Amino acid sequence: MEYAVELRGITKRFGSNVANKQVDLKIRSGSIHGLLGENGAGKSTLMNVLYGLYKPEEGEIYLRGERHVIDSPLKAMELGIGMVHQHFMLARPLTVAENIMVGTKSKRGPLLDTRRVMREIQEVSDRYHLDVDPAIKIEALSVGQQQRVEILSAIYQGADILILDEPTAVLTPQEVQELFVILRKMREDGKSVILITHKLDEIMEIVDEISVLRDGEYVGSRVMGPDVTKDELTQMMVGREVLFDFSDAGTLTEPGKVKVALRDVHAKNTCGVEALRGISLELHEGEILGLAGVDGNGQKELAEVLTGLAKVSEGEMLYNEKPIQNRRPIDYINDKIAHVPEDRQTTGIAMNFSIKNNLIIKNHGAKRFKKGPVINYDVVNAYAEELMEQYHVKATGRNEIIKNLSGGNQQKIVLARELADEPEFLIASHPTRGLDIGASEYVRGQILAQRNKGVAVLLISADLEEILQLSDRIAVIYDGRITGILPRGASAEEIGYLMLDNQKKEAPHGNQEKEKSRV
Amino acid sequence: MIQQIFTTTFFASVLGSAIRLATPILATSLGEIYTQRSGVMNLGLEGTMLMGALAGFLGCYFSGSLALGVLCGMAAGVLMSTVMAFLSVTMKANQVIAGTALTILGSGLAAFIYRSVFGLQKSPPQVENFRALPIPGLSKIPFFGDVLFNHNLLVYIIFALVPITWFVLEKTVLGLRIKMVGEHPRAADSKGISVAGVRYTAVMIGGAYAGLAGAYLTIAYMNSFTDNIVSGRGYIALAVVIFSHWKPSLAMWGSLLFGFANALQIRLQALGAPIPNQFLLMLPYVITIVVLVGVSKKAEFPSAYTQPYSRMER
Repeated sequence: MEYAVELRGITKRFGSNVANKQVDLKIRSGSIHGLLGENGAGKSTLMNVLYGLYKPEEGEIYLRGERHVIDSPLKAMELGIGMVHQHFMLARPLTVAENIMVGTKSKRGPLLDTRRVMREIQEVSDRYHLDVDPAIKIEALSVGQQQRVEILSAIYQGADILILDEPTAVLTPQEVQELFVILRKMREDGKSVILITHKLDEIMEIVDEISVLRDGEYVGSRVMGPDVTKDELTQMMVGREVLFDFSDAGTLTEPGKVKVALRDVHAKNTCGVEALRGISLELHEGEILGLAGVDGNGQKELAEVLTGLAKVSEGEMLYNEKPIQNRRPIDYINDKIAHVPEDRQTTGIAMNFSIKNNLIIKNHGAKRFKKGPVINYDVVNAYAEELMEQYHVKATGRNEIIKNLSGGNQQKIVLARELADEPEFLIASHPTRGLDIGASEYVRGQILAQRNKGVAVLLISADLEEILQLSDRIAVIYDGRITGILPRGASAEEIGYLMLDNQKKEAPHGNQEKEKSRV
Repeated sequence: MIQQIFTTTFFASVLGSAIRLATPILATSLGEIYTQRSGVMNLGLEGTMLMGALAGFLGCYFSGSLALGVLCGMAAGVLMSTVMAFLSVTMKANQVIAGTALTILGSGLAAFIYRSVFGLQKSPPQVENFRALPIPGLSKIPFFGDVLFNHNLLVYIIFALVPITWFVLEKTVLGLRIKMVGEHPRAADSKGISVAGVRYTAVMIGGAYAGLAGAYLTIAYMNSFTDNIVSGRGYIALAVVIFSHWKPSLAMWGSLLFGFANALQIRLQALGAPIPNQFLLMLPYVITIVVLVGVSKKAEFPSAYTQPYSRMER
């Protein structure tokens, strides 16, 4: 059996941290291979080694039976390896063609060969039914289209081994199916595909074989067949049994009274584009309302107007039957509205602060934390210790800088802070994004516990699985409007349909395209 | 006085002078467009221009050749910007601090070298500078001939750099690489482009342009060197770059705006306008800054602006 890729004994260290320990991996030619593991298991590191971005300390790489040293992405590309990164490697103000040809030699010397490249891109695009216009700028494309540009770019540069890092994470169920059509076509052409993922469900149907990494080590591989179960693979990945089942978590018996009501709410995003175009919603006590949608369709702005971080330009928001729009953020906090922000590291916590300071960042002005004008650190210390214990935070102590904690522990701090004051309304934006299975389990359990205590919960998530698991009702947002509200038990297909507002393939002409993240 | 202002001769002279005053800003800002498009902000332009001015003057003074003067000025600019590139790209230093340090270094060093070479003299040493080069035929066109076609060679060359800079950025491999590195260095790296190499190149092109602008000041616009010959033009060029949204043609208009305001205040002073001359001196800077601030609100900076790149960091 010839292997397209064979990795032997790869070890990669970052300082004292070992990301890959003696990893072996074999990828058969003309197959679709899943590389499964939790966050931090070393999947991306391993693939970056294969792609020449990282230099391994030990180990050998064989391609089609021959040993190669891959010391740069350029070398990897020459050897026919292409990679689609989780965060797309595309410059937004440049066109598709420009993004692709920047990595290729021009036949006109120092001058760009735009016309020829455009024609060739069009040919590849047609061949694989990618439906990509080479002259369009990246910022005008939806996430799914950008991914196709990345695949197109790899194929154009002659890749016959294609690595995709978490390709399904950003796609709607329909877009995932479109992606799979392309990947199957590549397999037919004899190309090998490696899918990196921590979400087993999404790739089960397409992969021929799955290899599992855990804590930087190779656990094993399984050729897909009827005898391979999801449970077995999950157990390989996590190293223990997982009960990812919240169905008995106490379903809603009687919806409480209306806690929050939005009436035709409009709001603009930071670029001045209208991001909410008439949102009407009702949220009851003791209910989790899941808000599903592709990122950038107004979810962020909705969370922001509900917490005073953005202004409502039109419409009304009622909380306990009183209007609450356009007040100061502190007023919302005092009204017991809690917010788990979507970007933990920029909005949720102050990365260079200690754990205890992050825990009181929201209510450091409260009387109990003060002695005259100074902060009473005796009280704060005790408070921090208590919360850290209650939320099982793994850290060296209350004074540890939060930057040094894992994503899961950082999120626990955010939850601890937000839930400590017994909120009545909780807005949780992507609460488990980037967390591993164990931490996700914990966070979801906490959210359910709040619901059972009678808190109204707005759960914003791009993770459909999460929405389906936790929500009592599911609202779908598209382009700043609610396109439908479904009861518990709705299927992913129904939701996915509403997520694109029945207009497949068309990019949401909203905010996600315009927003540039400059940190 | 009003009658003196509203004459074609007055306007032709103001506009012609505006072009000559815009030239050094234009050269510097065009160069800085390369630099910033690659993701580096060279705040040391002021010092770079001053070193270019001195080197241009010295080269011309001792060789008697204007061409050699220009080359010396550009070489000094490249040298200064190499320091900037080393600090910001290789050492990953904070670019504001590195740039400020470079400006302080440039002004101190230029004054020191000038004194060491010439000592204290009653009248400053002078060179035979670039003469006006009227373009045959075109310079005879009434009004426009005087405004546009009666300048020295460097003015023509620097204005020709506007389309050349556009062409390099939009139509060449180097230009595309510079933009890619400034927008998404990791993507550039993953496509086999040397981020450091492209940034060094872009910063050094910027230095060459700034050095050229400096040399223009001492051996074309004037014919001698003084410590304050640059007098804030480096900073104005920086403002122009952002106002222009990193587009050469807009940079030209921004530079002309400053040149025009400056030319106007010089003429008004000469006419003895009843305004304190300190206020008039301030005018071009105030106008330029106010206009630039007003227009450049929506500037979309290159995504990796002032961000050092390291492959290992995520």
